[in-house]
Amino acid sequence: MERAVFATRWRSHAARVASGMVAAAVLAACNAGAPPVLAPGTGASPTASSGAVTSPDVSSTTLTVYSGREEELVAPLIERFEAESGIDIEARYGDTAELASIILEEGEAGDVRADVFFAQDAGALGAVAAAGLLAPLDATVLDRVDARFRDDEGRWVGVSGRARVLAYSTERLSEDDLPASITELTDPTWAGRSGWAPTNASLQAFVTAFRQLEGEDAARAWLEGIVANDPVVYPNNTGAVEGVAAGEVDVALVNHYYLMRLLAENGPEYPVANHFLPGGDLGSLVNVAGAGILADSERADAAARFVDYLVSEDAQTYFSEETYEFPLLDGIAADPRLPTLAEIESPEIDLNSLADLQGTVELMRETGALD
Amino acid sequence: MAQDQARGGHVALPAVLRRLPVASVSTRRPPLPLLAAVATIGVLAILPLAYLVIRALGADERALELIARPRTLELLTSSVALAAGVGLGATVLGVPLAWLTTRTDLPGRRAWTVLTVAPLAVPSYVLAFALIAGLGPRGVLSGTLQSLGVEGLPSIYGLPGALLVLTLATYPYVLLTTRATLMRADPALEEAARSLGDGFGTAFRRVTLPLLAPAIGTGALLAALYAISDFGAVSILRFDSFARAIHVQYRSSFDRSGAAALALLLVAAAFALVWAEARVRRRAALRVPHGARRAARVVPLGRWRWAALAFCGTVTGLSLVLPAGTIAYWLVRGLAQGEPLRLVADPIGDSLVAAGAAALVAGILALPVAFLVVRYPGRLASMAERLLYGAYAVPGIALALALVFFSLNVVPFLYQTLTLLVLAYAVRFLPQAAGTTRSALMLIGPHVPEAARSLGRSPWEVLRTITLPLLRPGLLAGAALVFLSTIKELPLTLLVAPTGFGTLATQVWGAANGGFFARAAAPAAVLMLISLASVALLLRDGEHSP
Repeated sequence: MERAVFATRWRSHAARVASGMVAAAVLAACNAGAPPVLAPGTGASPTASSGAVTSPDVSSTTLTVYSGREEELVAPLIERFEAESGIDIEARYGDTAELASIILEEGEAGDVRADVFFAQDAGALGAVAAAGLLAPLDATVLDRVDARFRDDEGRWVGVSGRARVLAYSTERLSEDDLPASITELTDPTWAGRSGWAPTNASLQAFVTAFRQLEGEDAARAWLEGIVANDPVVYPNNTGAVEGVAAGEVDVALVNHYYLMRLLAENGPEYPVANHFLPGGDLGSLVNVAGAGILADSERADAAARFVDYLVSEDAQTYFSEETYEFPLLDGIAADPRLPTLAEIESPEIDLNSLADLQGTVELMRETGALD
Repeated sequence: MAQDQARGGHVALPAVLRRLPVASVSTRRPPLPLLAAVATIGVLAILPLAYLVIRALGADERALELIARPRTLELLTSSVALAAGVGLGATVLGVPLAWLTTRTDLPGRRAWTVLTVAPLAVPSYVLAFALIAGLGPRGVLSGTLQSLGVEGLPSIYGLPGALLVLTLATYPYVLLTTRATLMRADPALEEAARSLGDGFGTAFRRVTLPLLAPAIGTGALLAALYAISDFGAVSILRFDSFARAIHVQYRSSFDRSGAAALALLLVAAAFALVWAEARVRRRAALRVPHGARRAARVVPLGRWRWAALAFCGTVTGLSLVLPAGTIAYWLVRGLAQGEPLRLVADPIGDSLVAAGAAALVAGILALPVAFLVVRYPGRLASMAERLLYGAYAVPGIALALALVFFSLNVVPFLYQTLTLLVLAYAVRFLPQAAGTTRSALMLIGPHVPEAARSLGRSPWEVLRTITLPLLRPGLLAGAALVFLSTIKELPLTLLVAPTGFGTLATQVWGAANGGFFARAAAPAAVLMLISLASVALLLRDGEHSP
């Protein structure tokens, strides 16, 4: 049975490749004499717009979702949604910023293929929204989420929350040793003891928030102080937490859920814990993963069903239990090992203001935090 | 001077070599179909560069300032140094391994052949994770040494680690290209040198090495260009390379213009490497003897056998056993914590289809390129060849966005299709197939096909019955390289593949990137098994060919 399915799939692949090759060869032959004129943004949209034909019955629709969130996390949720709604989902998984770049290219060519953009962070949603590519969402969806965690103009909605934390070694540090504020890490006593992932989008969002809330000069001073303390640079948050466990560093600036995943793989004896910085400190900033619907989508109804599902009880429970993130829907509890969102005294900030990554990247370059 | 005289008669051999007919010279103009085929391939290869230029022209002042920083030059220098080091390292490992596995009585020669080529299947970022696990500050080795009282293992991070990982990931390029030539080259010259009194070392240096030079150059160039555009391994090993800076620019600022301008600089550096390799190759112009080829004499290793085994064992241990062990450890650790073992069939099928089709298409596309370069050498041929190599060094993400741009604007019906993906793989990895095919073609003197023509065979018959069978080892080695490169490829697969298409490599990446190492383990293990099997099959076929 399995084999038969596999064989069929293989044959259909082979047929598609073969027919496409012929088409490409013919095309190449046609174009050989007159190479196409290449001008960015002037490509005519090949689609005959048929927006009015969308039927209210969405059950047999195939929806295209660009997911900047890992397949490991999202695929099971999508399967549940498909079973429940009868809507098929084709998901393209990738890096959030790279998918945003593709959507921007598609937008310039007037040929957007995605129906929904499910992004790892608010910054990428902000960039796509700023290009005018996202449609406003329904108020019934938006209102389910605290105003802090959605777009002011309603073009994207937060789906799950992630808090910045200080992951620390429980072998080498006790709770008394921990800083009360993220700014203490610039103190020489922390020299060579901290790890971070400066290329990581969450860290950059945090620095953006720093610039917005404390001003450019304070952010620069903080970055300079951290760099002067010679932090160990990791390619990503997982690496940084593993660096804490391996004894390479004592603390790491990361999101809260990486530790939870490593605990699931390594067992409860894993020698790392999360420290949520108290008192509304910037170090406990709460950011969101969120979703938006592409303005050019011809399957807007089905897309709306999917986004609606992402903020439903079912999906929010999934995020809490499976990805260890903070559910944004009232009444759904976070993992019992975590504080509640209300308990984290996250600083007040408009997440839309985190879209200005360019300034942050520049500041990080100037201070030597980035290449 | 005195030394030259002391060696007396041996000086004669290179002169003999020089007087032999040169395989490649032809003053005829290349036939039109050949030119048309190469021109089409050239257009495909130039598209990414055109895209980079278009985007870079849109760069604003901020982007230009970014490029003008002194740091840019620093990063570019360290990337070129890394690439050169990796090319050299790959040669130092690859050439002896190729010779040991083709020409000597090394115990377990067949198995070593497969094992030493197999690391091509290990994604370089997995290798980086594995080496940190094995040789890092809290790794197995430093733990062992500490228990023996040895402290202060040199750090794996930075340049040493990047050099080590990328050398281990790319030496098989040199091994495969060198091996293809060693298997086809007529051993008569070496034997003549030996019979005239040259020692083994002298004969190897003065006869065998010049014969191998084009193949070594091709392999080393592939290794160096791989290193200059690699992103995953260098970022895990915290080496500040230029490609890493480009990725940072793409990922963190949605700024495609500044990143494109940086990518153009990287491509320029790659062209400089290609040019340097071509100069070295020209100096080692190849002369090929004609006449019947005989099997090479097997060199008995004697007591050197143990040193040879230790060498093969060390290389295989680091490049294959360590990553395999790391994957096994992830798997066991995860299962012990109750993680489910999830392995779905779809990514296996997708991987095989994509890599198989890419290998086939690249093999076909390599033929016109190799024929033009070998049979009709000249400015046009070398331009076409260098263009392909330059395009090979375009960072993956820039290449992927270029394809997104062109397919959307020119051939929207091909956007996000398997056809486009396979074409993209084939053109990207074409230098791998064209290089080995070229080296093999250089060893077939034009006299053989010409004789067949004079006896009344049509050009197509000659190609089918004479040239292609003779080319087989080179073609197969090239196809194997493309297959193995494709099966672990990431940026194109992630950004250009049809939506919903996922390979083993994207699964491994997705899981490991998110910190789910246990879930990355099963697909990673399957990826390595498939690659091992394909390496074994292809090498066996190559060995039995006439």
